[in-house]
Amino acid sequence: MLKESTLAAAAAIYRAVVPAGDYWLHEVKAGQTFRIVDVDGNQAADTLFYNAADPFERYSASDTIRAQANVYLGVGSKLLSTDGNVMATITADTVGRHDTLGGACATESNTVRYALEKKTMHACRDSYLLALAEHDRFGLTKRDIGHNINFFMNVPITEDGGLTFADGVSGPGKYVEMVAAMDLLVLISNCPQLNNPCNAYNPTPIELLIWGEGA
Amino acid sequence: MSELLYEDVLPGGTHWSFVVRRGLLLRLVDVDGGANVGMLFYNPANLLERYNAPDTLKCQHTFKLTRGNCLYSDMGRVFCSIVDDSVGWHDTVCGNTTRAVVAERWGTRTYQACRNDWQLNGHDSFLVEGGKYGLGRRDLAANVNWFSKVVVADDGAMTFDVGNSKAGDHVDLRFEMDTLVLLHTCPHPLNPAADYPRAAVRYQFRSAPPMTEDDACLNACPENRRGLENNRLYHLIG
Ligand SMILES: [Zn+2]
Repeated sequence: MLKESTLAAAAAIYRAVVPAGDYWLHEVKAGQTFRIVDVDGNQAADTLFYNAADPFERYSASDTIRAQANVYLGVGSKLLSTDGNVMATITADTVGRHDTLGGACATESNTVRYALEKKTMHACRDSYLLALAEHDRFGLTKRDIGHNINFFMNVPITEDGGLTFADGVSGPGKYVEMVAAMDLLVLISNCPQLNNPCNAYNPTPIELLIWGEGA
Repeated sequence: MSELLYEDVLPGGTHWSFVVRRGLLLRLVDVDGGANVGMLFYNPANLLERYNAPDTLKCQHTFKLTRGNCLYSDMGRVFCSIVDDSVGWHDTVCGNTTRAVVAERWGTRTYQACRNDWQLNGHDSFLVEGGKYGLGRRDLAANVNWFSKVVVADDGAMTFDVGNSKAGDHVDLRFEMDTLVLLHTCPHPLNPAADYPRAAVRYQFRSAPPMTEDDACLNACPENRRGLENNRLYHLIG
């Protein structure tokens, strides 16, 4: 289901563009609305959520899909934590489907997926690790890198149990928007993947906007 | 089949853990049909290396686990390979029951009233077993649900297959590196049974025959050959 937002970009209290290969680590307060824009299309925003007050509580892909009995995310999806609490609800979406099973790329998984010599190529988990190291006041480490959401990615599952990385259903300017249900720490790796035809081997920027008080 | 070294039965709704050495074969047998075994893997030499369901699925372009599949760590290595399987479909995306899910679905049964017939959940079971090795809620991840099948429709809706595993069905895991295994026999979180399902599982340890060039897991896809090559390097340099 597609649903456009009623919020004007001009009214946002926070805006930032994140180039491909960079990370974004920022708080989103309870009640605030948070938008991720696929600026040039077919980019993957690999996103992790933590409870800002208790970061050992974090987004859980398996609890989310179990509770909604559906493997894809879209308008109405409640993003559940490892403690079963709602962290955010998707309220607007011009893409139609987002993946939460494919996980983030890592140099080590790149060796398996593509070729052994790909281990020196930049990957999402490197961005996550750098983000957590540069913000070690949160006390988060590799232990805390769970299974993320891949906003804008389309990973269809077939009835006989196949899994495919299909061409994106996203496009330039498409976005997903959610309302935070608790104070969140949001960690995004804007994927630097150069081996996957999904993005035509061309990672591109994303833009982030926040509406509400105190961003 | 090589000599049986050890076997025992885990009743339904219980938990356990162990460190298994590389080269051992673990057979899980569904005693009465309809079993579920939740399982997580860690490297005992570096507990930060753990089972990664997303990598396992995307490396092998599959949503289900069966014979020929390898179970990957987040470091691009293989904890174990599925060398035999009479079931055909095992789930690794739906996660666990929690205390809240069990209470909502099957009611609350306290230990004081019911003793060992209380209704444990998979999440708490992993926390208890993981705690024995210093692991906590930060360390839990999407687990395997052996014997359980969940199909996905075009729109993403999931359906639990109640008849997937029959009495006597088995799956054989060949361990490719030393592995800490956490497991429980609590119900699959999408099991629609009216009463809390309590299915026993027999487990057996044997020595695994060495991998040969025609090995089903090695040859299932080029990805597995590269993953097992990562294991070879790991064992070479320690
Ligand atoms: Zn990536």
